[in-house]
Amino acid sequence: MTAEGIRGLFIGALFIGLLLTLASCWWYGRRLIRTEKTDAVFGNPVKALGGWHWIVSGVSTIILVWLYFSWDAARAFFPDAASEMCQVAKVETAINPMRSVFPFESRLLKGTSILDRESRQINNLETQINTGAFTDQDREQLLPYIERVRQILASQTAPESLEESVVADIQSIGQRIDEQSAFLQAGVLPEGADAAIIEARDQQPGWGGSSQEIPIEPISQRGAMFAAVAAPLAAISSDFGKIRNAGPAFLADIKALDDEVKQVAGAAESAAVKDFARNMNKLLKRIDNGVVFPPGALEPIESALARLDVVKSDKQGSLKLIDAIAMPSGTIMAGNTACSEQGSGRWLPKPSDTVATFLRLSDPDVGYKGIPLLWYKEKPLAEMVGFLVPDFIADLVPGKYPRHSDDGTIPNNLKTTVLNFATGNFASPSVPVPTGHVWDSIMRVLAGLFLGILLGVPLGLFMGLSRFAKGFFDPLIELYRPVPPLAWAPLILTIFGINDDGKIFLLFMVAFAIMVISARTGATGTQLSKIHAAHSLGASRWQIVRSVILPNSLPEILTGIRISIGVCWGTLVAAEMLAGTTGIGFVENVARKSSDYEIIWVTIILLGLLGLLFDLFMRFIIHKTIPWRGKG
Amino acid sequence: MSDLVADAIDMTFTTPNGDEVHALKNVSFTLKQGELLSVLGPSGCGKTTLLNLIAGFLRPTGGELSLGGNEIDGPGVERGMVFQQGALFEWLTVAENVDFGLRMKKADRRETSRKVEEWLEIVGLQGFGNTPTYQLSGGMQQRVALARCLINDPDLILMDEPLGALDALTREKMQSLVLKIWKETGKTIMIITHSVEEALLLGERLFVMAPRPGRLHKEYALPFAEWGLQQDPREIKNHNEFTQTREEILTMIWNMEEEIMGKASA
Repeated sequence: MTAEGIRGLFIGALFIGLLLTLASCWWYGRRLIRTEKTDAVFGNPVKALGGWHWIVSGVSTIILVWLYFSWDAARAFFPDAASEMCQVAKVETAINPMRSVFPFESRLLKGTSILDRESRQINNLETQINTGAFTDQDREQLLPYIERVRQILASQTAPESLEESVVADIQSIGQRIDEQSAFLQAGVLPEGADAAIIEARDQQPGWGGSSQEIPIEPISQRGAMFAAVAAPLAAISSDFGKIRNAGPAFLADIKALDDEVKQVAGAAESAAVKDFARNMNKLLKRIDNGVVFPPGALEPIESALARLDVVKSDKQGSLKLIDAIAMPSGTIMAGNTACSEQGSGRWLPKPSDTVATFLRLSDPDVGYKGIPLLWYKEKPLAEMVGFLVPDFIADLVPGKYPRHSDDGTIPNNLKTTVLNFATGNFASPSVPVPTGHVWDSIMRVLAGLFLGILLGVPLGLFMGLSRFAKGFFDPLIELYRPVPPLAWAPLILTIFGINDDGKIFLLFMVAFAIMVISARTGATGTQLSKIHAAHSLGASRWQIVRSVILPNSLPEILTGIRISIGVCWGTLVAAEMLAGTTGIGFVENVARKSSDYEIIWVTIILLGLLGLLFDLFMRFIIHKTIPWRGKG
Repeated sequence: MSDLVADAIDMTFTTPNGDEVHALKNVSFTLKQGELLSVLGPSGCGKTTLLNLIAGFLRPTGGELSLGGNEIDGPGVERGMVFQQGALFEWLTVAENVDFGLRMKKADRRETSRKVEEWLEIVGLQGFGNTPTYQLSGGMQQRVALARCLINDPDLILMDEPLGALDALTREKMQSLVLKIWKETGKTIMIITHSVEEALLLGERLFVMAPRPGRLHKEYALPFAEWGLQQDPREIKNHNEFTQTREEILTMIWNMEEEIMGKASA
């Protein structure tokens, strides 16, 4: 059994189980209500409310579960359905340009509505001529044109105006559609179709088996039948689009009228007349498209399409039901390279697809944009030494850097040895180091937070203890703190570039302000009696800060860290969306650009889980470090 | 001899509005080594200010304060302080609280832990060394505060309403403990209290202070502390002399309060 098969089986069983549970919810709720009704005097109102509660929650849960799981359930029970619906969608895409001309989905025949629109335009022009902008002379000159354009428009709808060749074309298209209907009705596949089906089954990934939602080639007999008619129907559609009810006489009439109006406008001084000419020109250009036919002229095509619809609907059979039940939020549409579900509820996470996407991204060889989500890579120790040891220590070594000698060799001395060490240019064993989008995001947050704590806590304590420090630093911090961190982001990312340092600095700014404020609150909140006690026990000022004020501020400081982590996490994701090439925010942003809902959901869930993890960790730390809180 | 000498102490505060408040006026007394002094008075009479001055948390605006001939200039180890709420460091265990002073002095570790054991036993907390202080009852916390102060071997112990927040039963036990410590260590002890009974019981000498401006109103020399070392304190409290003195002082303080109220309403 394939992995997709097992997945389908599991989801199917889960779906049925949930449906049964919820059906029993409903049944149980009904029973509780009945108890209340038959026992009106001694009935338990709480229990009766419980009955409604069960029905409401149960039914709404059914709807939710249905929205979430129907896609997976359909895949479990009808593995070929999506591919078949994809083929049907191809047929629909092919015939839609033709169908849209006739009142199948719309209220009016397209020709009727165009005629209506253009008549109204002409009426508008006539009304304009009768306004004060035109002189009587203009009116006399222009009103006949209005009459003529009316006649031209009406001439299209006269059956006798239709040319012989156009009538023949219409007949031919109707026949060609009927041929396809007959082919679909017969259900006999063309030569070689079976082999193509088998090949498609083997070659292309299954439904939900890859990032392609539904691969495009048919994998079943029914699908192949629809696929076989889709291409010819597309060609018919294209031919239909070329049919125009615009013979040489009609076009000549339009041209003559247009020329005359232009001439009048060229001679006229009045802006209103020129404007009239421009509008008339636009109107004539639309009319000469020739898309209005005599009322019954397209009937052969319309009836052929209706017959095709009957056959198509008959051949779709159960697919219509699956579409209605399993794809409540949309339907399957055909694209050029793949079919996909489209609709208002497309964004709902499809559980097994989301899990499968997560597993796919988790594979370190796949990852996202060539970078794994979370993995390790071997890094030489020398690189880390080179990062940690500043290069300038080599400059401090006495002596001079060597120059190359006559024979082109470069001698080594103590300075080069130290430089090689400081730049990490030496052989060393490798150690595994974590890497990937998730790791990058976490490291940025931790780095920003660490710097914020390292500088913010001492400054905050200092501000809490010294009035001078408070007066000096408070305005500086209050200058930048009220600005939302994301408002700083573009500036900081422009200064520092899109690499880590910009984001870390941004997070540092966020964490720093929070840490300063919390440490300050903690320091000022120290009871005077504790400081006095320490004083009279012989503690020096520094000892009081270290042994009394710092531990006494720990609750506030730790709460500050907890808040900082949350705010940093939020800021980081937004900063990663603005710029960068790694990180969870980056992944989400790229997925957004291609509307890849599953990846978006994976990142949302990952971000939520990591945020929760940080918070749980901080809660654990707080619980362990300040157990006295609230017990004093 | 390390006697506490207060010579014409004056203390004036300036409120943020610029008004001057005369907290203490011309307070003079001498406390000999080994004496047990309790200070009593209506609220706002400057008891705590006097104690803070002696502890060195405040500087007098006039007069001189000296302990053993040395002028008092800031807080010092030789003047231990016990606060009303204990002011324990709740992030430390009992033992760590008790040896706080010695650790700040960076004293020898082994010697320190021996002393901690010793003092925990004296205050009746043996075996509680590793308990976090926030798990202790109010009376136990006050015992820790006592031990923390005494381990530094101060010449003078200042207590700012040390038993004020305790229930009646615990209070009596703690009073006996204070008397026991006074007897055994021979320390000079100065106790500030609200309770007249406590002041009588824990005072070899007793100052009654009067408010506005804070000053010494009357001084008593009392025998009850000596008695308390041998007798049950409850018997002492029923003694005629005790009740008489108590009524006299209560009437005195009552009158002072009345006077303040009268001033305030007038």
